[in-house]
Amino acid sequence: MSDALLEVRGLQKFFPITHGFFQRVVGHVRAVDGVDFTLKEGETLGLVGESGCGKTTASRCILRAIDPTGGKILYRTKSGKVVDLATLPQGALLPLRAEIQMIFQDPFGSLNPRMTLLDNVGEPLLVNGMKNRRERADRVAELLRLVGLRPEFMHRFPHAFSGGQRQRIGIARALATNPRLVVADEPVSALDVSIQAQVLNLLLELQAKFKLTFLFVAHDLSVVRHISDRIAVMYVGQLVELAPTGEIFRQPQHPYTAALMRAVPAADPRVRTADGILGGEVPSPAAPPSGCYFHPRCRHATERCRTEAPALREVAPGHFSRCHFAGEMKF
Amino acid sequence: MTVATGAELEDRVAVASNWKLVWWRFRRHHLAMASAGLLILLYLIVLFPSFFSTQDPERTDARQAFIPVQSIHLFADGKWAPWVPAIVGKRNPTTLRMEWTADTKKKVPVHFLGAGPQWRVFGLIPTDVHLVAAADPNQRIFLLGSDRLGRDQWSRIMHGTQTSMTVGLVAVALSVILGVVLGGISGYVGGKTDQVIQRIIELLQSVPTIPIWLALSAALPRDWTPTQVFFAITVILSLVGWTTLGREVRGRFLALREEDFVLAARLAGCSRMRIILRHMVPTFVSHIIATSSLAIPVMIINETSLSFLGLGIRPPAISWGVLLQEAQNIQTLALAPWLLIPGLVVIVSVLAFNLVGDGLRDAADPYSH
Amino acid sequence: MSEPLLSVRHLRVSFTMDEGLVRAVDGTSFDVQPGQVLGVVGESGCGKSVTMRAILQLVEKPGRITSGSIRFRRRDSAESIDLAQLAPRGAEMRDIRGAEIALIPQEPMAAFSPVHTVGDQIIEAILLHGHRWREKGRKLTRADARDITVGLFRDVGISMPEQRVDAYSWQLSGGLRQRAMIAMALSCKPRLLIADEPTTAIDVTTQAQVLALLRDLQARYDTAIIFITHDLGVIAQMASYVVVMYLGRVMEEGPVDEIFHAPKHPYTRALLRSIPSLYGATRVALPVISGALPHPFNRPPGCPFHPRCPDAMPHCSAAVPSLQPVGTTQLASCFLHHDIADPS
Repeated sequence: MSDALLEVRGLQKFFPITHGFFQRVVGHVRAVDGVDFTLKEGETLGLVGESGCGKTTASRCILRAIDPTGGKILYRTKSGKVVDLATLPQGALLPLRAEIQMIFQDPFGSLNPRMTLLDNVGEPLLVNGMKNRRERADRVAELLRLVGLRPEFMHRFPHAFSGGQRQRIGIARALATNPRLVVADEPVSALDVSIQAQVLNLLLELQAKFKLTFLFVAHDLSVVRHISDRIAVMYVGQLVELAPTGEIFRQPQHPYTAALMRAVPAADPRVRTADGILGGEVPSPAAPPSGCYFHPRCRHATERCRTEAPALREVAPGHFSRCHFAGEMKF
Repeated sequence: MTVATGAELEDRVAVASNWKLVWWRFRRHHLAMASAGLLILLYLIVLFPSFFSTQDPERTDARQAFIPVQSIHLFADGKWAPWVPAIVGKRNPTTLRMEWTADTKKKVPVHFLGAGPQWRVFGLIPTDVHLVAAADPNQRIFLLGSDRLGRDQWSRIMHGTQTSMTVGLVAVALSVILGVVLGGISGYVGGKTDQVIQRIIELLQSVPTIPIWLALSAALPRDWTPTQVFFAITVILSLVGWTTLGREVRGRFLALREEDFVLAARLAGCSRMRIILRHMVPTFVSHIIATSSLAIPVMIINETSLSFLGLGIRPPAISWGVLLQEAQNIQTLALAPWLLIPGLVVIVSVLAFNLVGDGLRDAADPYSH
Repeated sequence: MSEPLLSVRHLRVSFTMDEGLVRAVDGTSFDVQPGQVLGVVGESGCGKSVTMRAILQLVEKPGRITSGSIRFRRRDSAESIDLAQLAPRGAEMRDIRGAEIALIPQEPMAAFSPVHTVGDQIIEAILLHGHRWREKGRKLTRADARDITVGLFRDVGISMPEQRVDAYSWQLSGGLRQRAMIAMALSCKPRLLIADEPTTAIDVTTQAQVLALLRDLQARYDTAIIFITHDLGVIAQMASYVVVMYLGRVMEEGPVDEIFHAPKHPYTRALLRSIPSLYGATRVALPVISGALPHPFNRPPGCPFHPRCPDAMPHCSAAVPSLQPVGTTQLASCFLHHDIADPS
């Protein structure tokens, strides 16, 4: 597995569709249908895609918040041992929970409203063995300071704080157990524009300080571009392109990635958004198209695209694409 | 309330736990606060019924039947000297019935916190203090009249309050326990357990309640002591009443299971039990309390109805329903309309519970803020 | 410059809460020209949504318009009327709503009734304002309204319009729902369309489609649009004139090019600098606006932005700067550019 921190191979998650009184399984929603990537320690991988692409489901599989249907999630623990998170039994999974944490999207739902900051941020500490209240309070004070909040706030309740501040509290909680891998699920989408910048800066600062590895799930391309070393693009449950940030923006090797970038409105009235708006709708993951999932909307589609599903292949060093014509044309 | 500065206000709200916030919101509901005061008074009566009575509720005297209400007057000749008018009886020669009239010229002095028949606080400490007592300990006063056996209705109502309010409270408490446990398991575990519990709830809810109560209480052995009957009735009421609460709790659990902070607790490594008890239950406890306080008046009315029909609490035990049994026929009502006063007490207490419950529910409802 | 279609002056909307008075809109003024796309940008708490509701007299208790005027030039009328003076539930306001000013709300799912088909709701609107579509003398029948609705669906790019008219809102995808919402807003050919964050809840590729649609419809029907959003990219691509709001007041307004390339107000400048773009350097700290949005009960005295302003002067906490011309085409509320305070 080389020196990577996390290696995901062929990740799949299907949800059964049931019908009738006896709950017969009549089909599957293929929420995640083929995701492969590696994460090196200390880097940030941005996972982008639109609604229904499966990025949130994939990230939850990695956290084992839900159980994957198939594939491997190879994780190198602190002691150097490599385990497959996908099939690990609950007992062995528990001690690893301290190493992999999550930052949530909704600042208003991610903190227990009945518990003070001390209790909220201190919960991972308590559950992982720090029973001494004094010790916990000291650690929580340290964490609050790290995220830019005053330690005296620890006796306040979440309802006293704004969205941006709550997000910082969530980050403090995620860092409580000194994790190595942090999955950030749309951490700035619900925040105001001026607060987004503050939280992004904080994440960059904390990553540098603690050598954190981020899996940054988001739909906003500009935000993802700003914070990621590499970017992975998902479409209808599949990974369609993976490349270093600069390269993927300069030379996207998948028509969907190119369309996605064209669709982002530029914050400059002198730059009129390029033509070629992507038509059609995102197909349902319960009934994806044949062959390449993107072919019904792709203006370069051929007969081959309709019949043959492309595999994810390396078209340039470190640049992967799931398109028959990747590397052959400009999208 | 003094006007706080913006910053002070912010600070005070910031460290306020949920209970404080609920209390502040409840406080603004004037009607609910007044009702809460009334309920506190009623529960004081529950604790010390003998203090509030004027005499032994069981004391009969056939010669003093159907005495009308002897109302208290506070002033005599402009001075503070509480008294009740003396009752003079005359036998009607035609109907051979005693007719009572209140003679306001003959004043019977009463004392507040005066001495009366002995009683024991919580069955332990003997005392003879009563809220209202006649100056002459041998005089019987009937503040709300007397019934067909010459028993003082005021004292009987006081003791009846103790029974009726307690049955309501205990029955709801049992329902809450059943509802939270079964509803919680149903909602959190899901799957087949959930299906089974849900079907049981539906079964219980679709059976008509009145026939069930009637059947169950008619099945109680006739030779059981009043206390045993009391507990049996309480249990019967709660066995059927937990279903609504169970459903609500299940709904809350289902919704809470998807909340991010519950997932965060799981990712931190919390055990299932800890998640349920420490993270999920506190979020809806205030709602449960609000719903329960709205369930108590239902229980009170249920018990009153059962006892009224002779199938609940039985004499010589006293409850509001038992008292209302005395008012069951038209003749009695025509002669002694004051025997309906227990009904008024039921109405007032049920109203008070409903107002308090409404106030609590509005204060605890997270969606209206 | 021709007469403006809508002219808001010194609008103030307050909410009376138990804890105190919240001044959601505190003296907002701007104009909308016929056929113009006006972009209103601001963060949460800036009052943009409340302003739009005030224009449509949809402000609910405990909020109310406390002062200011909203002059609107009705169709077939030389004189403009003050919408703030009209009774919210009166006949005239109801006449204007839908037929002259329409709203595209933020959440299309919430805006459609779940128990009626989308077609039914649009037909209802058309029949209510039947006079907009009626040909000489003939009364509009339900069948006519249905035909018009199918035509509208085709116009907004909904495929299979005859079938989609009978669909329920929850059967449609996000993009289709938003298009149906746009069809409903346009059903009575309004002169002014207020779009309140219409693309916030949808994907970026769908957003591109919806924005292109709005641009196309705007050109075809010459409808003026007030486009509210917090997304500066959308503003840059859609609006010709921009109004920047903060804490209930207009900080700056002007043509879109000037706002983006020559912003005059410190808030606008800081906002533009703090957003990550697709073209700047990556993984470096973004310049941020320090501090946080003040609590609504804790409004700062004087200029609302001064506690977070890098160029704040002592005078800024003492008086509220009023919106004054800066240069030939822009207006700004800032003492850096003028000395005129708001008399309040």
